[in-house]
Amino acid sequence: MDQAFWIATLGAAVRSGTPLVYAALGGLVGERAGVLNLGLEGVMLVGAVSGFLAVQATQSLGAAVATALLAGAALGVLLATLVVSLRVNQVVAGLALALFGTGLSAHLGKASIGQPAAVEFGVAPVPVLSDIPVLGQTFFAHNLLVYLTYLLIPVAWWVLYKTRLGLHLRATGEAPAAADAMGVNVVGLRFGATVVGSMLAAMGGACLSLALSPTWIENMTAGRGWIALALIVFSSWNPVRVVAGAYLFGGVDALGLRLQASGVTQVPSFFLSMLPYLFTAGVLVVMAPRRWEGAPEALGKPYRREQR
Amino acid sequence: MTSWPFRLEPRSAPAPASLRLLATAGAIVVALGLGGLFFAASGHDPVRLYMLMARGAFGDAYGVSEVFVKAIPLALAGLGVAVAFRAGLWNIGAEGQIYFGAIGATAVVLVLPHLPTPLMLPLMVMAGALTGGLWALLVAIPRVYRNVSEIITSLMFNYVAILFSDYLIYGPWKDPKAFGFPLTPLFPKAAQLPSYFGTRVHFGLVMALVAAALLHLLLRRTPWGFELRVLGDSTGAARYLGLNIGRHILLAMFLSGALAGLAGMTEVSGILHRLQRDISPGYGYAAIIVAWLGRLSPWGVLVTALLLGALFVGGYSLQAAGLAASSVFMLQGGMLFAVLVAEVLLEYRVVRRAGRA
Repeated sequence: MDQAFWIATLGAAVRSGTPLVYAALGGLVGERAGVLNLGLEGVMLVGAVSGFLAVQATQSLGAAVATALLAGAALGVLLATLVVSLRVNQVVAGLALALFGTGLSAHLGKASIGQPAAVEFGVAPVPVLSDIPVLGQTFFAHNLLVYLTYLLIPVAWWVLYKTRLGLHLRATGEAPAAADAMGVNVVGLRFGATVVGSMLAAMGGACLSLALSPTWIENMTAGRGWIALALIVFSSWNPVRVVAGAYLFGGVDALGLRLQASGVTQVPSFFLSMLPYLFTAGVLVVMAPRRWEGAPEALGKPYRREQR
Repeated sequence: MTSWPFRLEPRSAPAPASLRLLATAGAIVVALGLGGLFFAASGHDPVRLYMLMARGAFGDAYGVSEVFVKAIPLALAGLGVAVAFRAGLWNIGAEGQIYFGAIGATAVVLVLPHLPTPLMLPLMVMAGALTGGLWALLVAIPRVYRNVSEIITSLMFNYVAILFSDYLIYGPWKDPKAFGFPLTPLFPKAAQLPSYFGTRVHFGLVMALVAAALLHLLLRRTPWGFELRVLGDSTGAARYLGLNIGRHILLAMFLSGALAGLAGMTEVSGILHRLQRDISPGYGYAAIIVAWLGRLSPWGVLVTALLLGALFVGGYSLQAAGLAASSVFMLQGGMLFAVLVAEVLLEYRVVRRAGRA
């Protein structure tokens, strides 16, 4: 395992962490407004399959991304109608969405399992920047969807912490009654945040089927939606820390795959495949107690205005 | 503006049980109807598909017997999920607990292959319950001592459990005579649950009925069951009552995992007669729906386990018609959505307007 191996692994960490960045950011936007989306895994799968089917039909990556976003929005509207408008239990509705999305994606993608994507987001190194030693190969020798997150994260941070909209969104997640009294449209913001978050999660799925492994395989997210939910928790609901966590997970994932490929056979491959899941559970346990501080106060609680 | 002659009014008292039952049934019909629209939108004839499913599940004696075969693990795992949900614990790790129950039961057979039936089967039952329960405790312990939400950890452990089971059957437990297939050797007769009527319906059915009855007594007739329900309704109230919340959580999760573990045990001992890949087509996830549709009541779980069992058996007919086997998850998720909406509607009642508003 020489230097080239580690540099390649760093690059792979960023690449395979990117779907997690999208999904975790999506979940975070909803949770900041007080809505827990346990269905991220299902939304990612539907995003992956719809993006893939669109690219097969149109040969256009733009149309593929648009389709995935649209599918994510549709699922977001479904979830928001249930948990924001009808105020049903968020945990159960989220689980239903996870199952529904898993089944729907399997149904839609049945005929095209394993086909290579007609077009994919290929590697497009950024001129000059990709020549920087180590950093260049780690951050600037990827596909467009990776670069998009470099824009998305600062924007998300700026909106959340520096704009009126972000303040209202966070207030909605912390103290909806107070926000409502201030004149903030609590229901509207929660609904919108759920839909936007779901679109981002679908984008994370499309990132898998259009860039990371450009094909469709049933359940190809392999738990990334759930890992994204864990990422939100131990990033203390902070979009910048989400990225660091996502790359760490991408790294664990990539390292496991690379060790398997490089023929390290002392550890059976099954145990290497367990790494991302054990790592997620392990980090949650280790980081637990002091981390809960960041949790939005009203997360998971339906908001009902007092009867007048 | 004309106004409707009826209006919705919030109920002051909970809806009567008969209406709740009707609403659940109605929700399931609505979910199947919406599922049909999805099938139609993707170019399939929904009427033909549902006919195929119905014929697969109820068309002949074999189909009906298979509904019971699928209902056994669904009922056991569903009871497990119901216990946890009752205590306010979101255990979504039933799938992994099923695998660990199967692993525990298989370990007994592989370590002590020559035990006679009267020793072998009880030992397998105990081992299955124990390993399933211990696997669930791995989630409960961080929940109690470090306040780690059980939702994500229990789900993560599903993947770990399935990979561990794969490791065993590809590695140390592989039958050397199986031509390289990832299977353990076939269990001896003494390790196979008896089956009846010339079908695959096995003794696990009795186990599920007994488990439901015991759980009903536990929840309704013992102080522990009462305390568990208090904990589920409100942690604050449980604390005021001076309950040892940590111990209740540990016990409830162990019981939940043990029941799911029994589902795994009955699958390997009653149906497959060996440990192999994919022993569960998602029973652990369907168990969440079984529990919620059954309103977390042991008797309700038995009924909804049959319903979801029929959906699984019907799902095999979908597969024969060229659809993905996991399409049934779409219908299952849809049912859960519809039932959630029905529960909201039940909070209101329709009243005739007295006059023009």
